[in-house]
This record gives sequence, structure tokens and C-alpha cells, in this order.
Amino acid sequence: MTETVERPARENAVGQPLRRKEDARLVTGRTNWTDNIVLPGMLHMAVLRSPMAHARITRVDVSPALARPGVVAAYSGADLGDANGSIPCVWPVTDDIVMPPHRCLATDEVRYVGDAVAVVIAGNRYEAADALEAIEVDYEPLPPVLEMPAALQDDSPLVHSESGTNKCYTWEFAGGDYEAAKAKADRVFTRHYVNQRLIPMAMEPRAVVANPTGPGGEITLWSATQIPHVLRLLLALVTGIPENRIRVIAPDVGGGFGSKLQLYREEVLAVVIANRLGRPLKWTESRSENAQVTHHGRDQLQEIELAVTNEGKILGLRVDLTANMGAYLHIITPGVPILGAFMFNSIYKMEGYSFSCTGVFTNTTPTDAYRGAGRPEATFAIERIMDDLAAELGVDPIELRRRNWIKHEEFPYTTISGLEYDSGNYEAATERALELLGYDELRREQQERRDRNDPVQLGIGVSTFTEMCGLAPSRLLGSLKYVAGGWEHATVRVLATGAVEVVTGSTPHGQGHVTAWSQIAADALGVDVDAVQVIHGDTGTSPYGMDTYGSRSLVVGGMAVVAAAERVVEKAKLVAAHLLEADPGDLEYKDGAFSVKGSPGSSKTIQEVAFEAFTAHNLPDGVEPTLQANSTIDPATFSYPHGTHLCAIDIDTETGMAKIRKYVCVDDIGKVVNPMIVEGQIHGGLAQGIAQALYEEVVYDAEGNLVTGSLVDYLVPAAPDLPSFVTDRTETPSTTNPLGVKGVGEAGTIASTPAVVNAVVDALRPFGVDDIRMACTPERVWRAINDAKSRGGERVAEGTVAYGGATTDSTAGGAS
Amino acid sequence: MVQVSVTVDGQRRTDEVEPRLLLVHYLRERLGKVGTPVGCDTSNCGACTVHLDGKSVKSCSVLAVQADGSEITTIEGLADGEWHPMQTAFKECHALQCGYCTPGMIMAAVDLLNNNPDPSEDEIRAGLEGNLCRCTGYHNIVKAVQSAASQPASVGGVQ
Repeated sequence: MTETVERPARENAVGQPLRRKEDARLVTGRTNWTDNIVLPGMLHMAVLRSPMAHARITRVDVSPALARPGVVAAYSGADLGDANGSIPCVWPVTDDIVMPPHRCLATDEVRYVGDAVAVVIAGNRYEAADALEAIEVDYEPLPPVLEMPAALQDDSPLVHSESGTNKCYTWEFAGGDYEAAKAKADRVFTRHYVNQRLIPMAMEPRAVVANPTGPGGEITLWSATQIPHVLRLLLALVTGIPENRIRVIAPDVGGGFGSKLQLYREEVLAVVIANRLGRPLKWTESRSENAQVTHHGRDQLQEIELAVTNEGKILGLRVDLTANMGAYLHIITPGVPILGAFMFNSIYKMEGYSFSCTGVFTNTTPTDAYRGAGRPEATFAIERIMDDLAAELGVDPIELRRRNWIKHEEFPYTTISGLEYDSGNYEAATERALELLGYDELRREQQERRDRNDPVQLGIGVSTFTEMCGLAPSRLLGSLKYVAGGWEHATVRVLATGAVEVVTGSTPHGQGHVTAWSQIAADALGVDVDAVQVIHGDTGTSPYGMDTYGSRSLVVGGMAVVAAAERVVEKAKLVAAHLLEADPGDLEYKDGAFSVKGSPGSSKTIQEVAFEAFTAHNLPDGVEPTLQANSTIDPATFSYPHGTHLCAIDIDTETGMAKIRKYVCVDDIGKVVNPMIVEGQIHGGLAQGIAQALYEEVVYDAEGNLVTGSLVDYLVPAAPDLPSFVTDRTETPSTTNPLGVKGVGEAGTIASTPAVVNAVVDALRPFGVDDIRMACTPERVWRAINDAKSRGGERVAEGTVAYGGATTDSTAGGAS
Repeated sequence: MVQVSVTVDGQRRTDEVEPRLLLVHYLRERLGKVGTPVGCDTSNCGACTVHLDGKSVKSCSVLAVQADGSEITTIEGLADGEWHPMQTAFKECHALQCGYCTPGMIMAAVDLLNNNPDPSEDEIRAGLEGNLCRCTGYHNIVKAVQSAASQPASVGGVQ
């Protein structure tokens, strides 16, 4: 063990496009989705859901279902009694917020189509589904309220009658003095935008398996969740089962996008009923159930106002949001728009900012986090109005942004929202994007097509975005009344054989944590990437964590890995110094081995040290056996990725069909751990943001039935609906973490929606069109053109009237 | 109950099934072929795509009894000792993230190349229209299919 070997210098793993460790199983079908799990004696649950958006339940009788083949049990909410727990909301954003009960099974009223009323437990999924139809429920219909403006009227039906109002809260925030800024302005430019409701639609529907037969009396819940750790805590709070007797495992999870950042009633019901029956229990969501009851995202009416000079210098910003909570509050429903509050001012300098958001209950599916959670909505509004203002002033939209953005030499910069942006270079990203798009050339072509009245018009849309991610500094979360922290935990162990285990509290569902964490840990320890095993997603083996959302994994969870690995090296140094009979201060650590500075002949590898730490035969006094360390990192600040996204789109003005011709994005996410994974995150994010702009939209009918309740009616884009993307990066390292990294998971989604809509509107401005409501379907585009023509091009088209409240009554900006 | 005899990934099976049993549930719940997942209930997403006598089908829209006498290949039987070039291409091109659509996407892509060994980008996109992915934006899936198409072994690899 003391032999000295010449070791080749190792190449850093961070920065390499390493192929993913995860993929071998995934491309060969050796997967472990929750729905794959089969346990001896396992039963299946099916859920009876309300066919009405609003009704009083006058009778529920589950007994006829008990006579059906294979049925073991059936329960209404009343049958469950105290075990029919209420789903908590952990973000009461104001002191006077209205937080109605949210029972697992509705007992008094149903409040949206899909609200759960009863469950059947049977031997297999077919028997359980069959028996649902035998349950007898009497409903007394109540008038539903579906649209936010109507819900806020005094005479509106009430979603929760005991509350006396449909208003959930009003949250206000100010930076600087908006009124003073407005008083100095030459113009006040006001716009109304609709940020429509979306369905996250992860490809894996939710599934749970509860096994109450643990050897210590504990119950294990496998769930297709993003948040096994948070889920365990919430299950303990709702069910009363001690936290230490619940184990939650997130096995392979097939995408989440925020929709699996939740405590769902089926998770509670599975645990409660499996415990009651003493048998394992599975529930798997159908896609139709997923569309109906897995939480939705977005759904804001946005009033946004800029106070500007005639030269286009922004002096002030006012934002008034109306945000749809749906029928109940889920875990962070009220907080989602608040996450956006700090982002409307985006990359721009100004003197005053006024923000207000009113949350509203309606008889619709609850909303909650969807990829970006508040920040795509904010970015959409500010970037839409910047393009609209540029058109109003007759200034190039890029030039308008240049006049207002924070210059690269001005970082660190404290924004009007009070956030300190540590770094950025908007000029560099924009220059690169313009070059990649061929901006000037396309502008010339656009003019030519306009001049010759080409039936296919060209539009160019701009989005220069930033976002706050890496959720989140715990103290700041506390100041916003969020009830938990934003830290993350890691353990790094070097085992007796030299194999490395990294335990992370950040649970992946497609992001490639196993590969990226291996790269980080390998560099921190100076070992091979293949020597690292990453353990995650199981409260039994990774007991501490705050899980995965808000582009937090790398900038918070990854830093915990780095810190734990550094502690391992510190401890190993004490052992190595003892073995080398040197002072620890005289040792250096390089490429996985300790040597005495100035005498490279003798060294100890980390693997040799790990074996010594395991046998513990010859450790220095005061050093404990085993080589491992923990770290729990609470981020000091957010991370602020930014970038410039440009979209060129062809619009067939005779059919309304929009086709993206070229999409260019230059993102700055600081240093990059794995550029291949980063590009993949950008691509997928772009697809979801473009989908909001062009394709996806939740539609309810007048009775509150979900019209877009399956993949037949809800248009998740397929391959022919999207282009190949032109992506590039600038690299301005973050100054607030040791790797210089920023988050990337949500960037594409946040940035792309306004770029695409701006492009559509840009193509049609000569027709007098200055807004089209999302999704910009061929019908809406065609109507916008033709309505504008019939109005002589003076007023914007309203678009078709679908669910979402107000039509797009875009107001023309004007001098105040 | 109806008797069905099928060959799945090279193994012969005979089972009594309910006439309404979907092929995908037969594969997953009777045979334990859980590599083929279910992503929807309207045959839109394609996650459950398998090969039925060499042609790709969505196994949620086929009854188990309809497969009687057929040879079925799932993602679990695609590799013949070594990975199929399409599997390699998906990994090399980072054409998957969460991996839930991947089995169906790979099976559909193999069938696509069997029918059209040298497709254009538009033909690849059109050919995969029945398979939805929520993670990748399809960019790298297209690249993977192009990459696999450049290797002769990927055509006719599975019958």
C-alpha cells in the first residue's frame, strides 16, 4: 500500500459532454416506474370523480360497489372520517389569505370536474374501474364560476360559500416610487395580456404504491413524485403517522415540470387505506385523470404599465395580476405568481415599481407550479410590452432594450425589486444571437415581403430574459411566509474499496443528476467518474433533502456535493498526514492523492486513505473511523441565468398558419458541468415555451367541463410541430457559488413564449394587429388579420373567446 | 376468457385472457414486460409502441386477443446481444431525458427506418408524429434517427 506509482494527470470531468449513466437502463426498457411495481397481495384503487364543476353532495352510497367482483373495500369521505385529511397549502402569502379545507374526498360540495368523491379498492385495475359505476351519488347542482372577473363580482356564486368571497388574497409589493416615476414620464403605456392555463402533461402519469408491511411497522410509499422528502413530511402532517414511520421512494420518474411537486390526495388515500387494510395498494392515473386533476399551471390576467420617456427610457413599471387558484389551494398555489413579482422588471433599470396580485378561486382544477412557476408569466408580460412599446415608439426592439438594460460593467446590480444580480452580459448574448439569426438580413427580407404584400409574412420576435432560480435562500423564503427552507443536503462517502457514494437530497426525474453529480464529485475528489455512484430519491437512503424544482438542483444541491466532498478531502488529509508522518499543512492534494509539498516521491491515494479509515488500525488521535462527510447548503442568494432568444416566423396570412422558420437562443448559465445535458434542457424548455405560444391551452365549456381533457384535444406538440433549434452560450460565471454555475432547467421555457408571440405579432403589425391571445392558433391569427382589416387596421383583434376571462382588450398606449 | 398464443421477445406464451384486455396490459401485467409503459388512454402518445410482426403498433390500441399468433418485439427484446444501433444513437445523441417515451420512440424510429432507410429531417419528424416527448423538444431525437440511419445495420434489424 505504500508503493509509489506515477499517476497520469486526470482531466477535469466538469465541462465534458459525458454520455449519461442513466441511459443504459432507459433505452433497454430495464426501468423502474412506479406503475411497474407489483407486490404480493397488492390491491388496486380507483377514484370516483365529480362530473359537475359545482354541486352539493346530498348522498353517497358505496355499498353497491362492494358487491361487484373483486372489490375489497370502498369508501366515501364520510366513511373515512378523521382519516379524510385536508391537503395543506404551505405558502400562505398574506396574513388574511383565505385557505379553505381541501379534503381528500369531498364531503359537502364538489368544486371542480374531477374533484374526488369516493374510492374503490379491488383485486385488479379493471375490477376497480368497473365497480366505480356502482357507487351512488346524489348531486344538487350549484352554479359554477369559471372566469376570474366574474368570480370577483359581488353577486358571483361562491366556490367556498363559508369563505364569503372568491378572493383568496391580494399581495402587494413596491420598489422605489412608481407614482413619482410616472409623474416624470412622457408617456404611460398600458397593456393587457392573457397568460393562459396550461396542463404540465409529464409523459409518465402519476402513480403510487403504498406498502404497509414494513418490518418496523413503517409504511413505504413509492410515488411518481419530484419531492419524496417534502412528501414524507406532508404525509406525516396530514395522516398523523409519525414521520419516522413513513418511507417515501421516488423510483424512475418520467418527467414532472412542477406537476409532481405536490402532495396529492391519492398519495394520502393510498397510505391511509393501505394501512387500514394491511395490504399493499396501487393507484395509477389515467391520462384523462392527469389532464383533469393533476394541477394546472399559469392562468393569469396581466395588466402591465410602463412609464417612459419619449426616447424609450423606462422610468417606472406597474403590474396588476389576477391569478387563478382554481377550486382549492395546493401546496404552493398562492405563491406561484409571487415568484414572478421580482421578475417583471427583468434586466431593466428603472426608478419605481408597483406590483399587486389578486388570487381568485374558480370552479376549475387547482393551479400550482409549472416549469418556471411565475417567472414565465412575468417574462412574457415584460417582453411582450417591450416589443409593443418599441413598435409604438418606432424604435427597433433590440435598441429599446439596449437603452434600458443593465450594462455588463454595472454588475453586481441591485434591481428595483431589491435582488442583487451578481453577474451578466446582456450585450454579449444579444450580439451573438443577432449574428446567429442573421437579424439585419431577415429585417430586410421582412420589409421586402411587406412591400410586395406577400401572402406569407415574416415576423421577428425578441426576448431578452433573466430569471431568478436556485430556490432558495431560506431566510428570504421565510420573509415571504413560505413555511419551509430552501437548503439542500449531500453526503459523500469513500468506501473501503475506494468506491465513492454521493447521496443527494435533490431528486431527479429526467435531468441527469446521476451523471452531473458524478462529474462534480469526481473532480472534487480527483477520482474517475465511473467510480462514483449517486444515491437519491429515497428517504430511507437519502434522509435529508428539499428535492427538485425551481432550477435548484445544481446551484444548491450540487454545491452541497462539492462542500461534502471538500470535507471528505479535509478529513482524509489528516489521515494521510499521519500515514506520511507529515504535518497536514505540508500536504497537497492533486488528482486523488496526497503528497508532501516539495517531496513528490511519497504519496497516499484517497482510496488508500479510505481503507485506513475503514480498518481504523492506524488513525491519528481524535479522527473517527470511516471516510465520509455531510453538507447542508443554504444558498446565500438566487442564481440569475439570462439570455437572448430570437424567433423568426412565417405567417400564412390567408390561412393563419404560423411556422417557426428559425429559432436562435444564446443563454448564459455561467459555467457548465455537462454541455450535452445543458443543451437538452434548453431544447425541452424551448419546446414547452413555444407550445404555450402556439399550441397549448386549457379550455372549459360553460358548465366547467374540461374540453381539453385528453391528448386528443390538448395539443402537446409532436416532432413536426417544432423546428430544430440554434443554440449557443455565453459564459459569465456566477460569483455566488464555487463552480460559477447558474440554473438551466427553466430558462428555455421562460424565455421562448414571448419571443414567439412577439414574432407572430411583428409579422402582422402592418395589418394593424398588436396582440393575439395565446395559443396563437391558425384560427386566432386568421381572425386577428381579418378583424383588423374590417376595422381598418385601427384596433387589435380580440381573438376567439375561450376560457380565460377577458378577451384581449389591448389598449393602445398613449401619452398621459 | 379467450386463449392467445404469442411470441414475445423470442419466448412463446399461451394464456387465457379477457377479450377486453389490452395488449399493453397483457405485456405489462401478465408477462412482466414492464419496459413498455403506458402514457395515455387515447392512443396519442405512442409510449407503448411495440412491433407486431415487424410493424410498429401502439399496444394500447390492440387487444391481446388480436395479437393471437403474432410475434411481438418490445424494447426489452430489441437488443440482439448488442444494442440495436437506434438504442446506441439515442444514448450518444442525448435523445432522452426522463426516458418514459423512449421505448416507444425507439420502436417507432426503428420501424421508420425499416420503411425509409434514408429519411430527410422532415420525413423523420412526420414519421414520429404519433410519438410524444415532453422533455427533449425532439431536436436530439431527430439527430439520433439521422445518426442511426447512417448505419446500415439499423435497417431491417428487427422483424
